[in-house]
Amino acid sequence: MKISNINKRKITELLKEGKRLDGRKPFDIRDVEIETGVSNKAEGSARVRIGKTEVIVGVKMGVQEPYPDHQDEGTMMVSMEFSPAAGERYELGPPKIEAIETSRVVDRGLRESGFIDWKKLCIEEGEKVWSVMVDIYCINDDGNVLDACGIGALVALKTAKFPVYDKKEGAIKYGELTKDSLPLTDNVPLTMTFYKIGDSLVFDPTREEEDSAEARLTLSISQPKKEKIINSMQKGGIVSMTTDDLNNIIDESEKVYNKLFPDIEKKIKGLK
Amino acid sequence: MDEIRPMRAEVGIIPNADGSALFASGKTVAIAAVYGPKQLHPANKRKPDRGIIRCEYNMLPFSVSDRARPGPSRRSKEISLVTESALSAVTDLSRFPGSVIDVQIMILQADAGTRCAGVNAAAMALAHAGIVMREMVSSIAIGKIDDKIVVDITKEEEDWTEGEGSTDIPFSITSNNEVTHLQLDGYIQTKRFKEAIDAAKNACSKILEIQSRALKGEIVDENKGGKKK
Repeated sequence: MKISNINKRKITELLKEGKRLDGRKPFDIRDVEIETGVSNKAEGSARVRIGKTEVIVGVKMGVQEPYPDHQDEGTMMVSMEFSPAAGERYELGPPKIEAIETSRVVDRGLRESGFIDWKKLCIEEGEKVWSVMVDIYCINDDGNVLDACGIGALVALKTAKFPVYDKKEGAIKYGELTKDSLPLTDNVPLTMTFYKIGDSLVFDPTREEEDSAEARLTLSISQPKKEKIINSMQKGGIVSMTTDDLNNIIDESEKVYNKLFPDIEKKIKGLK
Repeated sequence: MDEIRPMRAEVGIIPNADGSALFASGKTVAIAAVYGPKQLHPANKRKPDRGIIRCEYNMLPFSVSDRARPGPSRRSKEISLVTESALSAVTDLSRFPGSVIDVQIMILQADAGTRCAGVNAAAMALAHAGIVMREMVSSIAIGKIDDKIVVDITKEEEDWTEGEGSTDIPFSITSNNEVTHLQLDGYIQTKRFKEAIDAAKNACSKILEIQSRALKGEIVDENKGGKKK
């Protein structure tokens, strides 16, 4: 599946006038819908829709030995897959590079922001720590899957509860959840991806728009205090960006953050 | 703070390859080999309107203190991908429809900034292979240690945890000041990002000079040039 040149040209031409096929402005996001408790076997789970794009996220907890260089800190692993259900372009098989990149970008946003208090995930220094495993599945791709994955991971982590851990046996009693949430901080990272189509920048593209883009830049931004902090960035695509593009994207990302973040917070609170 | 570690650069180090190069910055050493353009197999991966660059970034098992497992990892696959982007943006791929240019990057010795050294070596190897490039590309890891912006971050600096900790920002910038590759890990105020861009531009122009000298046939070694270690 490849976008036809005529559609690509139409999208590019329209964007020059600041217009999009679905009537949005360049930096408008489609409706975000959030649902939790998608799987009762998971310690936390979420379903996030951005327009027709949809991802399902599950958090499972485990207990393991800490890494040698972080003896008193818990661990996290993020993996992501595009299910063949997500669209014609996806095929069976192990995660391809797009999925690996997506999981690593989401992982870095969560990790570098300090969203999880790793030290509080320590059970016994040097012996046992909690490990947090975040698995993301895209089940319908209509563009901007990356940002949906970022939001999904946030929501699933926010709703996750520790399972019961039997210290004597050293084993988890799966199926029995405690009332304790994960040790999360206020440094909540929001992952936002901006795409360059022709010379125009655009946020939250549909699949056709994403196919028309030749470069993109993902940022994870958190706001622990007054100032906004960039915690991770990743440029993709085979076309370069000018430094003006970078500066514009950073400016726009702050504006998007100011709108999107309260909206997501409100939706998460509305669930409880 | 704004100094790049002493660089070494040389082309033609792998006789069998169509193009090859070594690039070292301090204790980080990368070599790259280019084969192609050649017909791409399988045929369904061919692009009718342009060629593609296929990179393999490979951190050799002995390049780090604790032996790295040989073979591709999630990390190395991601670095291969961003390197492909960094190089594709400067190569005139429309001249080679249906073809592939294979770029092999090996890290012999790692002391942070390996993906940048890899891009630098690979860009030189592409030029050495005589592949038409619109511009040259150079790469540098800008860092932020606590609240100071530094150039060419080392492993020791990368592991800094006090204050605002350490931030790693690898950039690849063309001779025309366009950004073909950018990543970031850490903690930096949105307002201060501009400083990082400026530092990267400045450093990349110095690297470009070294790359150009090596491409003209010189064996560049800043360690021998009487400069401090």
